[in-house]
Amino acid sequence: MSVRLAEIVMACVMAAFSVYLMWKSAELNIGWIEDEGPGGGAWPFWLSAVMLLSCAGIAWNWWRRSTPLARSTEPFIGTAARGIVLQVVVLLTVVVALFDVIGTYCALFLFMLVYLAVIGRHRVRIALAWAVTTPVVTFLFFEIVIKVILPKGVTEPLFYPIFRFFGMGGI
Amino acid sequence: MVEILALLADGFGIALQPLNLILIVLGCSVGLFIGAMPGLGSVNGVAILLPLTFVVPPASAIIFLAALYYGAMYGGAISSIMLGIPGASTAVATTFDGRPLALQGLADKALITAATASFVGGTISVILFTLAAPPLAHVALVFGPPETLALMLLAFATFVGLGGEDIWKTIFSICIGLVLAAVGTDIVSGEPRLQLFGLTGFFSSINFLVLAIGIYGIGEMLWTIEQTAKAGGVSMLSRATVSVRRALAHLRGQLALWKATLMGSLLGYFVGILPAAGATPGSMMAYGVAKQMSGNPDSFGKGNPEGVSAPEAANNAASTGSMLPMLTLGIPGSPTTAILLGGMVIWGLEPGPQLFVDEKAFVWGLIASLYAANLFALLLNLTFIPAFIAVLRLPFTILAPVIFVLCLVGGYAPTNRMFDVWLILVFGFVGYLLRKLDYPLAPAVLAIVLGPMTEPALRQSLLMSGGDFAIFFTRPYSGPIMVIAIVLLALPLIRHLVRRYKTG
Repeated sequence: MSVRLAEIVMACVMAAFSVYLMWKSAELNIGWIEDEGPGGGAWPFWLSAVMLLSCAGIAWNWWRRSTPLARSTEPFIGTAARGIVLQVVVLLTVVVALFDVIGTYCALFLFMLVYLAVIGRHRVRIALAWAVTTPVVTFLFFEIVIKVILPKGVTEPLFYPIFRFFGMGGI
Repeated sequence: MVEILALLADGFGIALQPLNLILIVLGCSVGLFIGAMPGLGSVNGVAILLPLTFVVPPASAIIFLAALYYGAMYGGAISSIMLGIPGASTAVATTFDGRPLALQGLADKALITAATASFVGGTISVILFTLAAPPLAHVALVFGPPETLALMLLAFATFVGLGGEDIWKTIFSICIGLVLAAVGTDIVSGEPRLQLFGLTGFFSSINFLVLAIGIYGIGEMLWTIEQTAKAGGVSMLSRATVSVRRALAHLRGQLALWKATLMGSLLGYFVGILPAAGATPGSMMAYGVAKQMSGNPDSFGKGNPEGVSAPEAANNAASTGSMLPMLTLGIPGSPTTAILLGGMVIWGLEPGPQLFVDEKAFVWGLIASLYAANLFALLLNLTFIPAFIAVLRLPFTILAPVIFVLCLVGGYAPTNRMFDVWLILVFGFVGYLLRKLDYPLAPAVLAIVLGPMTEPALRQSLLMSGGDFAIFFTRPYSGPIMVIAIVLLALPLIRHLVRRYKTG
């Protein structure tokens, strides 16, 4: 996909999103209510309308080829970078999906291991060292120091003895 | 004046408490590191680390983040000079002469010039800040909803007026930020509003941090990964000879640069105050003016130390300047202060002039900490230059996943909702694509922070006037601000017409 094509595709997607937002805003009153002022939907409705107008402006510039992006025939994401960006996007999505299933810490272990060994092409020893350290430090900081409980999924029971060790048996 | 000094003395009492002092040193160090990393700047650092500050009291939290903000301004210069890649957009202008100096074997001279100029810029601007903040806050205390709305409009109008070529994209960015801020509940009727795609997660409002971490964390990292892959994954680190004798000689040489440093400090400070302008345009403008002022403009771009001192003084001065409207008016002067402002709301503080009345300890503790942070950043910078250079050798393929982990877990911490982590990913991916198409994203972050203040200001004003928009133009403070805002909004159109007239 060229940059020029991406420009108009994005403008169309955002225009559609703006129309959707206008429609959702109109579920509330978008007019004037006596003694109450503007209805609850008016503010987002008119902002979405301006968004739609902006998309029309972007499309107009695209049509007249008046911006550098609207003239560019270069690929939107170059071949050198496409693979790695896609790998990272997929990896991030899978890892977040795993948070609730195998727990944050196991997911972070896998994330670091795969990222360093596969994407970063580091030696397995280095990848393993980072993959173990990252969840441990994350756990100590978040759960023990600032008391933020992260999702643990099926691994929840494994943490009971650790919490007891830190005197947090009630959790 | 005596009162200001007394308040400042109290502030120092807070800033120099052991915990706060440690946080200042820590904030400066982390900031230096983040600023030095290509692709990461103060805004990314503040966005990613804000959730971690909930463990300390608000005054300590903002002291840490302000120190980080400062440190990042110092740190940006390190990679500009050593790698030739700006550590942050605020350090782009530093590359122009810093890199040639490094290539001539004078990397230490460039680094010392950057550090001392940053210190001077920071100090001058903090002094100006101390003097200007109380009177400005005093004036702002009489502001009602129409004035607040006029100020908000001014903040957005600055983006449009001073923005790049594609004004439509700036307007789009502002509006989408404001709409995202409207998701959740209607503030007046309490009815649910904008339950997008029927997802229950949208029953409560979108935390601004979710958007900020998505854009400045995930989106920015994807962008940097792409840029690194394009460049073949290699960067050239310059050699630096560092010795005490050379350092002292370079320090003595700083005196000759006083004119450029002073100009950069003053210019940076005033540009920083403007809503939406911030340190990047401040440093670029300072570089341009330094070149015009110089007796030898041709030497710029070839390793003139004035070309390092002016933008570096300016970016630090601007970072302080941008805190002035944040604290006194509740309007951020830069994307970073927009996030700080959002943080203040999370900490239970109401940004704006009332802070100077109700939260004296918070405000003056912060101001005093800026003096201290400036000094520590200078000392840390000068001492640890070799260490930072070593950090720059750490492969990006190790740093990137660590930052991703911080984004995902840090994004979960403020609300404990997995829904927010998913939103961070979506905002990150979409933000990356939008950024590739030159959509400016800072206005969206500014808008999602200011949205919850803008909408009530508009609705209350209209209720006061019975729906008459003239209320914004007839009041003594809001009138002139509205006129300036409208002129700024019309500026791109005026520029366009002038250009057409000139080309016939």
